[in-house]
Amino acid sequence: MSLFKLHYNLEKHSIGLVLGIILAASVGGFIEIAPLFTIDETVETTDDMRLYTPLELAGRNIYIREGCYACHSQMVRTLRDEVERYGPYSLAAESQYDHPMLWGSKRTGPDLARLGTKYSDDWHVAHLTDPRAVVPTSIMPAYPWLNENEAAIDDLPAHLATQQRLGVPYTDEMIANAARDALGQASPDSDWAEGVAERYGEATNIRSFDKGERLTEMDALVAYLQVLGQMTQAPYQTPEQAEQ
Amino acid sequence: MIARLTITERQLAIVLAGLLALVGLTMAAAARQGPMAVHGFMAIAIGGALASAVIGKLYAPEPSPERLSHYYDDPIKAGILIAMVWGIFAMAVGLWVAALMVWPEATFNQAWASYGRIRPVHTTGVIFAFGGNALIATSFHVMQRTSRARLPDQLSPWVVLVGYNLFCLWAVTGYLMGVTQSKEYAEPEWYADILLVVAWVIYFVLYLRTLARRAEPHIYVANWYYLAFILVVAMLHIVNSLALPVSFAGAKSYSLFSGVQDAMVQWWYGHNAVAFFMTSGFLGMLYYYLPMRAQRPIFSYRLSILSFWGITFFYMWVGSHHLHYTALPNWVQTLGMTFSVMLLVPSWASAGNALMTLNGAWHRVRDDATLRFMFVAAVFYGLSTFEGSFMAIRPVNALSHYTDWTVGHVHSGALGWLAMVTFGAFYSVIPALWGRERMYSARLIEWHFWLALAGLLTYVFSLWNAGITQGLMWRTYNEAGTLNYSFLESIEAMRPYYIARFAGGALFLSGIVVGAANIWMTVRGPRGTAADRPLALQAAE
Repeated sequence: MSLFKLHYNLEKHSIGLVLGIILAASVGGFIEIAPLFTIDETVETTDDMRLYTPLELAGRNIYIREGCYACHSQMVRTLRDEVERYGPYSLAAESQYDHPMLWGSKRTGPDLARLGTKYSDDWHVAHLTDPRAVVPTSIMPAYPWLNENEAAIDDLPAHLATQQRLGVPYTDEMIANAARDALGQASPDSDWAEGVAERYGEATNIRSFDKGERLTEMDALVAYLQVLGQMTQAPYQTPEQAEQ
Repeated sequence: MIARLTITERQLAIVLAGLLALVGLTMAAAARQGPMAVHGFMAIAIGGALASAVIGKLYAPEPSPERLSHYYDDPIKAGILIAMVWGIFAMAVGLWVAALMVWPEATFNQAWASYGRIRPVHTTGVIFAFGGNALIATSFHVMQRTSRARLPDQLSPWVVLVGYNLFCLWAVTGYLMGVTQSKEYAEPEWYADILLVVAWVIYFVLYLRTLARRAEPHIYVANWYYLAFILVVAMLHIVNSLALPVSFAGAKSYSLFSGVQDAMVQWWYGHNAVAFFMTSGFLGMLYYYLPMRAQRPIFSYRLSILSFWGITFFYMWVGSHHLHYTALPNWVQTLGMTFSVMLLVPSWASAGNALMTLNGAWHRVRDDATLRFMFVAAVFYGLSTFEGSFMAIRPVNALSHYTDWTVGHVHSGALGWLAMVTFGAFYSVIPALWGRERMYSARLIEWHFWLALAGLLTYVFSLWNAGITQGLMWRTYNEAGTLNYSFLESIEAMRPYYIARFAGGALFLSGIVVGAANIWMTVRGPRGTAADRPLALQAAE
């Protein structure tokens, strides 16, 4: 067989073997991944897609830091029971500005893609501080340090600028005001609050999320949790169709 | 070990260790505080310790040139011992993670001890630190023996080992401090990623340089698998880790990809880490140590060729089966599913090849626990690849995805295949490496084997039940046509399975502790008269 004859030669030449491996291993990935970057066809267009405010972005980074993705997915699949349990299935557009995505792979706890507005801020604060005080049989760890740690906001302009470089449409004004906007979002009576609504829309949640004076990591994380599934109204407008 | 370096090599080693300390100093100075500064100080400490160890023995007598007529085994020995230490550490952390599912308060309200932070310590620890060191050590062994050539130099294997283990240390300590990019199995941040690329390129070049010196005309099967492992892991790691740091003085970075593209790149990486790290690399191990221990040649050489290219080609398509029913375009999901099913052919070709090799040596499998480790590994390789292909089928995935079935599947691969073949390979090679006639105690190998097997089965069966129960509860409707169970009820139903999982993990961990004790006693024991395979004659450097 000539194929084995070819191999007989290949296994005597290490560079030939190396090239063969690279070639064989490149095809699949290339065919599956490259077309996805024709974004128009992969990601739906929405006209109301909002951006994370600096405080929400800080909260998202805390969510990542604590490894929440290991137990909670943010992806409602197109299955009837999931749509009925969680809400409309997730659209690609909803995570188009998520660097990285947090779709997850395991639900030790429930899916969080539609968590925003489902519970009150107080519930979230109590639940994160001591999950079993709110849900007696929960197996979630407690995160009491979120109440104690002050939210880091000084480097938020740099975070927004990095995101802008990656294609998230933050304006230069948003970048310049990032730290002030983070403070303003959690203190509605302050002078900075107005700017937040101006830059991120009237629908932005402007309130103290943990009811405290200081801007804590709890404020940031709850602000983030409250916008999950609220970045665009598009999924709620498509007729619900799920497989099965 | 330093005594076996020439004075020039010792000087170069001091320069390299100094360079590492300098990199650490730069990081610590740039970051000033926070995790990156801590990691900088770790590099300074390791670089400093290495430099002072070598300086202390700089003018010790030089080794005789006769050493070049032997294989260079010091880095292999170090790699094996390091792998065992990491293995115990990472599996102990795994046991703790399992305990948290039953006793969620076992974090003592410490941020570093919370589930989300120690879970990647466990996964990275087992896959990369334990598995990676085992692969690096055995590959140094296999490439020298099958090429009948000594490693081309005495320093670069150490650079690979030190660099790789510093990467593992940075990764694991980083998670505890909250440094993660949240990409599963690729959690380390950008500067650790860069270190890994440097160590990995040196590893690849070292492999090619050894092959170039080989005295055998053909490159042995095991080396193809090791080569594919090194090459493709580099491709995957580089592409998936592309990220823009917020600042060069900080750990945080943002992935270059977002949303659906990021998901596809992540699982292209994630599943092929399974393919090329946890399969291809360990198949390299299997293809050398199993025939050696069974004292029989590989059953079919042609089957090895088919399965090698099948695995290299098919695997790269299947990552998208992690994204069934998601916002990923349907055609990619279908491609991933189709190739996942086709993948069964080359996978079973390898598993079958290994088992057929044992045909005629079953009495050895019965009597020799070392060979039995590799036999069970081949069986579990076959079983978990079958399970994997099955779970990639869309309707099955609808049930299994997001449940503990996935976790059980991963562990049937990681414990049943990866760890078992590693223990078999270690027990095969350790006596000869340290010049002992046999392992310290054959009985302890038996103990290790049965503890590991009992732990593995307990673990896999409990999570199989857990996953299917979960999946079914989520989709059960009552007569009124509404969902029958709340999510919370499905969590409560998991408790007995999670306790069983904890017990299984404890058994497996006690097995590796027994194994480590046995290895330690062998290493410390008296020198025997074991003979090594001869090295081909070659001109001195």
